[in-house]
Amino acid sequence: MAIRERLSGNEAVAYAIKQINPDVMPAFPITPSTEIPQYVANYIANGEIDTEFIHVESEHSAMSATIGASAAGARAITATSSCGMALMWEELYVAASNRLPIVLALVNRALSGPININADHSDSMGARDTGWIQIYAESNQEVYDNFIQAFPIAEDKRVHLPVMVCQDGFITSHGVENILLAEDIEVQKFVGGYEPEHYLLNASEKMAIGPYAVSNYYMETKRAQRQAMVNAREVILEVAARFEKMTGRKYSFFEEYQMEDAEYAVVIIGSAAGTCKAAIDEIRSTTGKKVGLIKIRVFRPFPEEEIAKALSKVKAVAIMDRSEMFAATSGPLGAEVRAALYQARMAPEVVNYFYGLGGRDITVSDFKTVYRNLETIAKTHIVTDMYEYIGLRREQKEV
Amino acid sequence: MAREKIQDRINEQSPWQQITEGNKIFEAATSRDFYTGEWRTATPVWESEKCKQCLLCTPVCPDSSIPVKAGKRAQFDYDHCKGCGICAKVCPFGAISMKEGK
Repeated sequence: MAIRERLSGNEAVAYAIKQINPDVMPAFPITPSTEIPQYVANYIANGEIDTEFIHVESEHSAMSATIGASAAGARAITATSSCGMALMWEELYVAASNRLPIVLALVNRALSGPININADHSDSMGARDTGWIQIYAESNQEVYDNFIQAFPIAEDKRVHLPVMVCQDGFITSHGVENILLAEDIEVQKFVGGYEPEHYLLNASEKMAIGPYAVSNYYMETKRAQRQAMVNAREVILEVAARFEKMTGRKYSFFEEYQMEDAEYAVVIIGSAAGTCKAAIDEIRSTTGKKVGLIKIRVFRPFPEEEIAKALSKVKAVAIMDRSEMFAATSGPLGAEVRAALYQARMAPEVVNYFYGLGGRDITVSDFKTVYRNLETIAKTHIVTDMYEYIGLRREQKEV
Repeated sequence: MAREKIQDRINEQSPWQQITEGNKIFEAATSRDFYTGEWRTATPVWESEKCKQCLLCTPVCPDSSIPVKAGKRAQFDYDHCKGCGICAKVCPFGAISMKEGK
C-alpha cells in the first residue's frame, strides 16, 4: 500500500535515500539542496540508516569522495546545486568515464553571475556533455519516483553510468505537495542490493581504475562510453515499466500532454510544465484550440527520434529553454529539438523561448501568449524572432 | 611459462568493443610491461670501477631503474630509465655520467 504524505521535493529525495540506505554519502551544503544532506544526516544520527556520511570541505571533494567510494565498491550518492556542481566539473567527467553508477540529487539553480539562488537549468545544462544520464521532474512526486529509478538504471550492466536526478530549486525542492510514497520493503526490492562485479576493495581481484590513455586508446574508450548511453535508452524504459508495475505511475523519456490531436505544441523541461498544463486545460475548454505539451523527462540520453515523432503532426512548436548557452542563437533544448526535427525531415514553424532565468516566474497567461503566437506563426509563416524571451522587460520602441 | 602481458590482450589494434569498461585494468604492476625507456633523450652510464657501492643512487631514482642484488647495485634497467640524471647528480664518486641520446 502506498503511503500518503505531504513533502517538499528535498524531503522526498531524502526519504528515497532513507529507503535505499546507500553505503556512502559525501556532501557539501549549498542552497537550495542543503536540506537533502541535512535530512540524511538526521536519519543517520537517529539510527534509521547506516549510510557513511562524509563531511567534505568542498563540492570538488564531495564528488571526488563519491567517486572513490563507488570505485571501492560502495553504493554512493551526493547532492548539490549550481556553483556546487560547477566545482565538481572535472569529477563529473571522471565519474562518467570511469563508468561509476553514482546518483547525484541535483536541485537546479542558476549559475553565477550575477549570483542568484533561484531556479533555472544553467547548472545541469552546462553539464549536459559530461556523460551523465539526466532525468528531470515536474513535481515532488516525480523527483521521488525518478530517484528510486536512478540506481537500477545506473547499476545495470549495459549502462554503468552516473545519473543526475534534477528538480527545480525552491519550486519543487521547497514547495510542499501531496505525495504517494512506496513502502520501504517495496523500494528495497525494486532497487535491490548492490553487488558490483569489479571493485577496488575486492581482495581476490587485482584492479586499477582511471589509467592514462594515450591517443591510441582514448577514442575507442569514448566510443564504448557512448554505447553505454545508447544502451541506457532501453534500460530507462525497462526500469520505468518495472516502476509502473510497483506504483501504477507511468514514465518514459517524456510526457505527452494533450498531444494526440495537437496543432500547437510546447516543449519544456521541469516544473513549469505544470503551469503549461493549466494553460492547455483552459485554452482547450474555452476555445477548443488544439494545444499540447511535451515535457522532457530524460535529456541525456536525448530521445531524438521519439521527440520528432511526437511532433510530427504539429503546425508550430515553442521550445522553452530555462538556461542560456550564449551561442547567440538557441538555448540547449532549442538546438537539440530543432536538430531532431531536421533529422526527421520535418519543418514545423519553430520558435525558441528563454524563460524563467534566475527564478523569473512564468504564468498561465504567459503560456497562453505563447500558444497565441504559435497560432499566428502557423498562419503567417513569419517568425519575427526565432529566439524570444518571456517576461523580459524591454523598451517599447521597436517598430 | 612467460607471463601474459596486458598488451597481448588490449593493444593499439584493439577495436572499441574490446576496450575494458572505463579502461579498468584487472592486473597489478603492469608498468613493467611497457618499454618507457624509449622516452629517454639522455642516458646514464655507470662506470663500475669507480663505483664504491654506496647505494646513494638507488633510492633517488624516481623509476626504480637501478636494481640492487645482494646489497650491490647492478646495471641500469634501460627499459624503464627515462634519463632524468638525478643518479648522476647524487653520485659522490663520479661513477655515473650522462651521455646524449639513448
